[in-house]
Amino acid sequence: MSEPSTAPEAAKKASAPPPAAHDHGHDDHGHDAHDPVHAANPHLAHHFDTPQQQFDAGKLGIWLFLLTEVLFFAGLFCAYTVYRSIHPEVFVYAHYFLDTKLGALNTCVLLISSLTAAWAVRNAQLAEKKALMLNIVITIACACTFMCVKYVEYAHKYHDGLLPGHNFQPKEQIWELKSFRDRHPEAAEYAEKLAKLDEKKAEPAAAGAAPAPGEAGKAEAGKAEAGKAEQLERPTEEQLEPLLAAGLVGPRSLDPSAHISRPRMAHVFFGIYFFMTGLHGFHVLIGIGIWIWMLVKAAKNQFGATYFGPIDFTALYWHLVDLIWIYLFPLLYLIH
Amino acid sequence: MASPTTTADAAIPQQKGADDNYLTHDKGFASWAFTLDHKRIGVMYLASVLTAFALGGVFALLIRTELWAPGRTIMEHDTYNQCFTLHGAIMVFLVIIPGIPAALGNIILPLQLGAKDVAFPKLNLASYYLWILGCVCMLTSLVTNAADTGWTFYAPYSTTTQTNVIPAAFGAFILGFSSIFTGLNFIVTIHKLRPPGMTFFRMPLFVWALYSTALIQVLATPVIGITLLMLIVERVFGLGIFDPALGGDPVLFQHFFWFYSHPAVYIMIVPAFGVVSEIIPVFSRKRLFGYQFIAISSLAIAFLGFLVWGHHMFTSGQSVLAGTIFSAITFLIAIPTAIKIFNWVSTMYKGRIHLDTPMLYALAFLWVFTIGGLTGIFLAVMGVDIHLHDTYFVVAHFHYVMMGGAITGFLGGLHYWFPKAFGKMYNEKTGQLGALIVFAGLNLTFFPQFILGSRGMPRRYYNYLPEFQGLHQLSTIGAFMLGIGFLITAVSLARALKSGKKAPNNPWGGATLEWTTVSPPPYYNFQTPPPVTAGPYDGYEDLVYDEKIGGYVGKKA
Repeated sequence: MSEPSTAPEAAKKASAPPPAAHDHGHDDHGHDAHDPVHAANPHLAHHFDTPQQQFDAGKLGIWLFLLTEVLFFAGLFCAYTVYRSIHPEVFVYAHYFLDTKLGALNTCVLLISSLTAAWAVRNAQLAEKKALMLNIVITIACACTFMCVKYVEYAHKYHDGLLPGHNFQPKEQIWELKSFRDRHPEAAEYAEKLAKLDEKKAEPAAAGAAPAPGEAGKAEAGKAEAGKAEQLERPTEEQLEPLLAAGLVGPRSLDPSAHISRPRMAHVFFGIYFFMTGLHGFHVLIGIGIWIWMLVKAAKNQFGATYFGPIDFTALYWHLVDLIWIYLFPLLYLIH
Repeated sequence: MASPTTTADAAIPQQKGADDNYLTHDKGFASWAFTLDHKRIGVMYLASVLTAFALGGVFALLIRTELWAPGRTIMEHDTYNQCFTLHGAIMVFLVIIPGIPAALGNIILPLQLGAKDVAFPKLNLASYYLWILGCVCMLTSLVTNAADTGWTFYAPYSTTTQTNVIPAAFGAFILGFSSIFTGLNFIVTIHKLRPPGMTFFRMPLFVWALYSTALIQVLATPVIGITLLMLIVERVFGLGIFDPALGGDPVLFQHFFWFYSHPAVYIMIVPAFGVVSEIIPVFSRKRLFGYQFIAISSLAIAFLGFLVWGHHMFTSGQSVLAGTIFSAITFLIAIPTAIKIFNWVSTMYKGRIHLDTPMLYALAFLWVFTIGGLTGIFLAVMGVDIHLHDTYFVVAHFHYVMMGGAITGFLGGLHYWFPKAFGKMYNEKTGQLGALIVFAGLNLTFFPQFILGSRGMPRRYYNYLPEFQGLHQLSTIGAFMLGIGFLITAVSLARALKSGKKAPNNPWGGATLEWTTVSPPPYYNFQTPPPVTAGPYDGYEDLVYDEKIGGYVGKKA
């Protein structure tokens, strides 16, 4: 919208310029060369009459663009809502696998970057080149920190088999997770016992299938004995409630010998998680790119009272990226 | 902002030499490929869209040839499925959606606003290249193993079929962004680049229509974008949002899809309303009747269009209450639409009607769009829709609207603004002949399909009962007639480009700002924003036809 230029800082008149003069000449780069408003404002594109008009157009444009971004993510939030209302237990189950501390760290990092982004706009308006560059650098640094933390989180997920769709093969059981144990120690203990019992039940059955028919009868008897010996006591509410909420036991299983499993659709949570945070991360990467571009423009001393639009618009975009994360963090990490 | 100039001064073009215009201003491939000039981008869009239209048309003819007789005629059933998918996807995403706004709108909108360019010229060029990229993706699907899902990409078939759905869906995703950028550009241009004196109610109705369209483009397209992205991820990783085998909900896909694609229907038709609103008063030599009603009704259609997506899903198992509400809101859309039709007809009443090619297309539009619109009301009735759902009745209905409405409007606009855009006149006789054959072919192709549908012929079927053959053959004959009509039109316009008479500045006697420039317009359109003191359809009485130059001039001149 404006052409890079090394011209001196623009004259500080934001509006009400004198009427355009009618000269017949114009150069080949699209500027009306002898028009005083354009001559005084090297960043004013040829099809705008005043810097104010150019700024207003850009502002309306960026707000419309942000609107499309909101709608773009809205589809995902909608899918999240539908899925969570159908399968609440999946979300309770899966959120134990997310690291709330890393999520909170990333929230802080993005909030700080939003502050520096807003500050940068003020710096640009006041033509404070050094402060502007510093604030942009901090913003970029925060964005990079965010991506690094995200990388750590993704690497954990990948390592633990917490992937969407057919690739969902968690290496850890939920009751082995610290996040679950800390919050529901009784439930974790009970689940562990239940799981062991399930294993024992399965072992003799597997062994019984292979040996000769004579031995099978013995194994059958042994299994029944073991079952009796290992019979658990009726669970208390503290033990059962979290397991019910996380879909580890079925809703009617007050029966202590119930099987333990995980929610059938648990993989969908990770599908939604990776999709939403991935798309958000993609926007952060784009943001980093734009901020670097802005840094270059700032280094060339292009911004001042009449031309600070690009910084303003980038900051607006950046606030939206931040805002989306503000929604993603509680929706994905802080489920109860 | 602007100096006190008179209209006459503003019309004096800013020129290098006497013949300098946007077509001759720069030369060479790069001057086109990297141009930021809205007119050149519009011309590139026009050429690309017309090429895609020819390709989509070939698929249409293949489909109709296959349906000449029951059973196999020229292709296998799988190929047939791919043909109708590509026909639909190309026509919707590559032709009709960008047709009027991006091609004609790009050339004309800034001229009608007295602006030098659109607000964001670089974004405009980016939009064009995204179109190219989207087109390449679609063609990738075409030449590898073309998608066979229908243009609607319904899950779970689209997530499980073996054909190459991903490039086609990704193509549509990219084309969505192309469309968003165009819409965003137009909204900002209309808000911020109007000349002094041009209030919202002094804007030409084509601008109003593009404004309403742009609102829909900006507000609806992101949703299809994310939906198609989810579809792609679902296919690649098994996301499990749409595929019931993975725990997903396929009806959710339909909700998302139609949340965009119903408003998208208005992206296709509202610009055509704008074109017709321009053509009818000019060729009736009479002030437009009910200007404000037409302007506001465009916005009303855009608004209501967002609330009716459920009428595509009466048979999907949604609740009767939801169906009733969607049905009732759909009926409401008939009101703003009828307002337009009545105002156009009232404009012609006691006018001096000139039956030039653009006017023929506008009249054809009135005829076919009224049929298309009214049959839409049949389909909005839930009980009737249960019978007609997924039959040829639906096919006939939307082809009357899309083909009969959008494409007729597009061709009308193309003939109306052709002399302005290219500075050449086409042969009026061949233009009229093309228009008449297209109109006849259109009705012959699609009217029998209403009868087929009401008798129970399902859409998208490869085979059919022998008693449907007669009507199918009529439809096929009509399709080839349409093809001939388009061919005549194409030849007529190509000849005009090559050896047409030089066009006068104002061949039809229009009073909107684009006719105050020379034909073709100068590189910067207007040296200063032309002040506007009257409405866009006032002042026909001040223009007189000049035999010598073959166009209209001001009375004083």
